Amino acid sequence: MAWVLSHLGDLWTLTLAHVGLSVPAIVLGFVVSVPLGYAASRSRIARAVLFTVGNILYTIPGLALLVLVPVALGIPILNPINVVIALAIYAIAIMVRSAADAFASVDADVRQSATAQGFSAVQRFWRVELPLAGPVLLAGIRVVSVSTIALATIGALVGIPSLGSFFTDAYQRAFPTEAVVGIVLVLVLAAVFDVLLTAVGRLLMPWNRRSSALGARVSAVAVPAHAGGR
Amino acid sequence: MLILDAISWILDPAHWDSVNYQAGIREELLAHLWVTLVSVVIVAAIALPVGLYIGHTGKGRRVAIAAANVVRAVPTFGLLSLLFILIGIGVGPGLLVFVLLGVPPLLAGAYAGLEAIDRQTIDAARAMGHTEWQILFRVELPLAAPLILGGLRSTVLQVIASVTLVSNFGINSLGDFILGGLASRDYVQVVAGSVLVTALALLVDALLALLERAAVPRGVSRGDGRTTARGRRVRTAPTGTPIAEGN
Repeated sequence: MAWVLSHLGDLWTLTLAHVGLSVPAIVLGFVVSVPLGYAASRSRIARAVLFTVGNILYTIPGLALLVLVPVALGIPILNPINVVIALAIYAIAIMVRSAADAFASVDADVRQSATAQGFSAVQRFWRVELPLAGPVLLAGIRVVSVSTIALATIGALVGIPSLGSFFTDAYQRAFPTEAVVGIVLVLVLAAVFDVLLTAVGRLLMPWNRRSSALGARVSAVAVPAHAGGR
Repeated sequence: MLILDAISWILDPAHWDSVNYQAGIREELLAHLWVTLVSVVIVAAIALPVGLYIGHTGKGRRVAIAAANVVRAVPTFGLLSLLFILIGIGVGPGLLVFVLLGVPPLLAGAYAGLEAIDRQTIDAARAMGHTEWQILFRVELPLAAPLILGGLRSTVLQVIASVTLVSNFGINSLGDFILGGLASRDYVQVVAGSVLVTALALLVDALLALLERAAVPRGVSRGDGRTTARGRRVRTAPTGTPIAEGN
């Protein structure tokens, strides 16, 4: 406890660094995955291609991807952008599946009704399909958020500061307290993000509020069938 | 090109043998596979019975999901650091962590595989006079085999990826090339190590995918859960796993 109090500055700085790596990756993952997932839900070919590529990328071990990204892009290995891109790649690999499931969960009758009412494809997407896909999208992004925050810690092995720096430092100094503090901070951060995402979901999808118990179930079920489906 | 240098580094026979306590590719690869195998065997011994129990009886599903969600949030690298500090050097702490993070995918595959089976099929087996054990082994297990193997595939990939991290704690694995190379600024070796781990993961994944495909019983259409008698769509099973730390 004394260590925590005397290192509040470090805790804060590294937490911010961690957030700085995770948030862009999560946002990027979401923004890229929604159109890709939509394409995957509408076309078999797109689905096959996207899921296959996603699976291959997802299979690459984290530490390896962290090193291969800068080599592929020709940027220095110590650039935090590498971690963001690597995390975003995993986020997309998971989220495209969720997004495809989300859009597939929109009832075909509803979609056709919208078309019959004169909605253009763009209007239908924004006003009908996206809102209706919302709950499953939310469940997917919650999974992505938790995983991304946990995964961001391995950046420390390559020398990019994050909450993972507590782990490398703790091991070098054989100081378990520091490792425990790091783990707790990661868990707390993941929980905070989860609460925030849920709150945003309620704000954007007030019609979904009543079924919060159902939402919890969906979040467990909507984990992409990474292994089963491919 | 760094990547080409890395590939010729891997193809250089001199790098396959261990020299002067400097482990070669062969030794690291075998160590990596060995730790993976031991972890996966322990995982299977735990997750299969429990998963089949949950899937067959429907009890404990909530607990399993909640536990999996917590495990997902735990940073593997952090847990490894903590246990290696507390327990000390040796493969023990690593195995503990790999088993912990390897259990949820296989567990989910097992109970989801059983849950995805049409209730009518199971009721029919029961009506024909099958005992519960016969239902489990002759009806549920064959029908659930693809999903169970899918779970196993996730587990194996998680473990292969995470084993890379134990190099930071003085245990041999292919991660040694990555971390050792970073320490000595030998980027060719770093990339070579990454290519090796990636190739291993992709190869094992492909093999398990073939196994998964081969496990589909004759007469059952694969995937999408569209095997039900009345053509109802059953929700695709939650065999998926999140990215875990080492992944």
